[in-house]
Amino acid sequence: METNALSRRNFLRVSGIAGSALCLGFYFPANAKKGELITVNTADLSGFEFNAWIRIDANGKVTLTDHRAEMGQGSFQSVPQIIAEELEVDLKDINVVFAQGDPVKYGSQITGGSSTIRGSYKKLLKLSATAREMLITAAANKWNVPASECYAGSGYVIHKPSGKKLHYGELVADASKLTPPKEVKLKDASAYKLIRKPLQRMDTPMKTNGEAIFGLDKKLPGMVYAVVERSPRLRGKVKSFDGSAALKVPGVKQVFKIQMMVFNTTRDGVVVIANSTWAAMQGRKALHVEWDESGFEHVNTADIYKAHEDLLKTKEGLSFKKQGDPDGILNKADKKIDVIYQTPYQAHAAMEPLNCIAHYQPDKIEIWGPIQAPDWVQGDITSKFKMPKGKVIVNMTFLGGGFGRKAFLDYTHEAVAISKEIGAPVQVVWTREDDIKQGPYRAGISYRGQGSVENGEISALKFKMAGQNIDHWNGPSRDKANNSTAEGFLKPYYDSIKNLSFADVPYEMPLPNMWWRSVYASTNGFAYESFMNEMAVLAGKDQLDFRRQYLKDERCQALISKMEEVSGWKSRKKNEGFGVAITECFETTVGQVVKVSRNAAGKVKIDKVWAVMDCGWYVNPDIITAQIEGSVVMALGAATIHEITFKDGLVEQHNFYDYLMPRMSDMPLVEVHIMENPADAGGVGEPGLPPFAPALTDAIYDLTGNRIRKLPFNMNAI
Amino acid sequence: MITITVNGQRHDIEADPNMPLLWVIRDILGLTGTKFGCGAAQCGACTVHLNGEAVRSCVTKINRAAGQNIVTIEGLSANNNHPLQLAWNEMSVPQCGYCQSGQLMSAAVLLRENPNPTDQDIDDAMSGNICRCGTYQRVRAAIHKAAAMQTEGVKS
Ligand code: FES
Ligand code: FES
Repeated sequence: METNALSRRNFLRVSGIAGSALCLGFYFPANAKKGELITVNTADLSGFEFNAWIRIDANGKVTLTDHRAEMGQGSFQSVPQIIAEELEVDLKDINVVFAQGDPVKYGSQITGGSSTIRGSYKKLLKLSATAREMLITAAANKWNVPASECYAGSGYVIHKPSGKKLHYGELVADASKLTPPKEVKLKDASAYKLIRKPLQRMDTPMKTNGEAIFGLDKKLPGMVYAVVERSPRLRGKVKSFDGSAALKVPGVKQVFKIQMMVFNTTRDGVVVIANSTWAAMQGRKALHVEWDESGFEHVNTADIYKAHEDLLKTKEGLSFKKQGDPDGILNKADKKIDVIYQTPYQAHAAMEPLNCIAHYQPDKIEIWGPIQAPDWVQGDITSKFKMPKGKVIVNMTFLGGGFGRKAFLDYTHEAVAISKEIGAPVQVVWTREDDIKQGPYRAGISYRGQGSVENGEISALKFKMAGQNIDHWNGPSRDKANNSTAEGFLKPYYDSIKNLSFADVPYEMPLPNMWWRSVYASTNGFAYESFMNEMAVLAGKDQLDFRRQYLKDERCQALISKMEEVSGWKSRKKNEGFGVAITECFETTVGQVVKVSRNAAGKVKIDKVWAVMDCGWYVNPDIITAQIEGSVVMALGAATIHEITFKDGLVEQHNFYDYLMPRMSDMPLVEVHIMENPADAGGVGEPGLPPFAPALTDAIYDLTGNRIRKLPFNMNAI
Repeated sequence: MITITVNGQRHDIEADPNMPLLWVIRDILGLTGTKFGCGAAQCGACTVHLNGEAVRSCVTKINRAAGQNIVTIEGLSANNNHPLQLAWNEMSVPQCGYCQSGQLMSAAVLLRENPNPTDQDIDDAMSGNICRCGTYQRVRAAIHKAAAMQTEGVKS
């Protein structure tokens, strides 16, 4: 399998050797309708543009151009599994190469919103089935038999009555001259041989012997290394700097000031260029920089949360949703609660620190790196460096984690600016400290929940959120509520709770934010589902029965029953705490049950997590299971171990010694179940995260009577 | 000039004697399987074997390795067939994969010293390796599996 992003030239050379081929893709020429399926005859490859998603060559090898990033979520495995199923080839005959950033050819390429599969599986199935039918037709024509007597399997077309067979490779030349059929019949789910099977990931071997090339592993001839000293206070400006000591460090070649752009703001830095990463880091230590940090000295975490609370108590905010008369009912109610939840700022802290290689040349810019949104990077660099269209080439490598951070456009822009300055290819390396201290972060958001109960039923619910908006970079108008105000909250609640409202209280603070795995659901889910658990207590109901009563939708009912069944909810014992939460995001619903108890030393420990996911149509249950296991670990860290805090404008954390991570001994047992139903595919990489924290704190309440409303909290202090 | 042996091959290195082994291996020898995660002995992504011991190469000066034997992930086995590598593959342990070289190098020392580790042994030996993707449950299961494979292999 190809592990490197191939340059266009290389790819074409490989194609050229193969001779004729059948290429199929969603090709978007200017005059075609978007999404139109066409074939490209590539007998003459000289003028062929890299625009196919799958390509079958004369040896019968299938090359799939993966338009999304592979950052652990398994698109490298699940996308081929889809294609092999309908194309009727063996998985081992599929090569995967990363696509270059090009929205015209691939449509949206951002790996985010858990969209890799849900956004494209129908097209991929159709594409593969179309290729298969064309190959069958080509064989039938050759044999002069009806196509209905032929079928495909393992890369061959077989004539059933005679047993004659032809390899795909022998048919591609003929097939590529055919007009693709308008309609193709897709397999029924019951006939799947690969889809829904827990197949081993094909990218594992290259990730166990050092072969997989991540951004930091990519090297170019003549490449130099750069590290950048950026303002210790966010958004400080360089007043002056002295690089003379740095230039004396062996290996250091150049020192200069750089300005990097993030949307409509800038960030200053002083760059050290050297012949190795280490030399550049040493040079950086010898720099003397004077910063102008005015305007940010007063940013303190305690003040941020105090401001949130004041806003939540005094302002009604911008209405996101309102039905019935929650205020009127709350005013008159006797049995009611009114509580505040707090969630912290968080860093993404992907294992691979940020990095990017850029090679600026006057007529073209080429970039290599761990990039979640190559098409955005291409657009951003094209416009910021005023390049003609098509002259910016963005190559993806494997990503050592992304979680949203690597969809940001700062580090790629900075690398190009540095390459332009020095006129050579450069790899810009962020240290772990840079990665943790510079942001952008998941915003810390506070919530107020008010609710009342009458005769054991919810009579009113009122939620408000206060916190920074993620897209504050673009200065969104704050005269409308954030459209993610209720993200994570299950929609079927709307049908059964008559008096309900959500509002967003604008809070402005110039801290840089960005999506973080599961985005708003990661914080909303904690507040809204914790509150539902509090409402269940107020109503004197079991938390699962309470949800069953309000989530009437058929899929939710089945999910709740499954949660109850697999977790042994009904046969809970004394001295065990059980907690629950269900959230929805990216069209997938996940319910989790967490069980806690006290260990011999009296400390609360997590015994087990049961997760039930309803993501509709799905590909590989083992990858889904892995994604949920990982989501639980990430949620555990964010709920109990780490947070980003600010003191006088400085981020207080530096590295993994003060931004702690869950480790092997913290890993709870996670058991995953996937619901079977015919619904459309939902996301997989993110929806497993939000329900964990509220289920955990609910379990702790069940065990100890202690209701936790502020994250993170210390498990050892309960 | 400092001489080191990496994966059985001798190299004469021209470098600052304070340069950590990590950057020698990656930037000078071009072996990129060993990863940079923290540079501060916190995450284990850079774990290599120095004379058979698992060390954090990001804080091990090249000076300290002079004349000694180093094994990186590229040298863990000839054909990606160390029992741990086989178990990793069978159980699809890696997600992004970035931490996995370090996980494997730590686990390899554990398994050599303790062919049948308990969960507690695994907690102790592997707690220096962070996985941000959260593959811990599978790492644990795969170590048990590799231990079993190794025992089987010895028996037969
Ligand atoms: S990079 Fe060496 S321990 Fe993290
Ligand atoms: S697999 Fe991604 S950090 Fe471990």
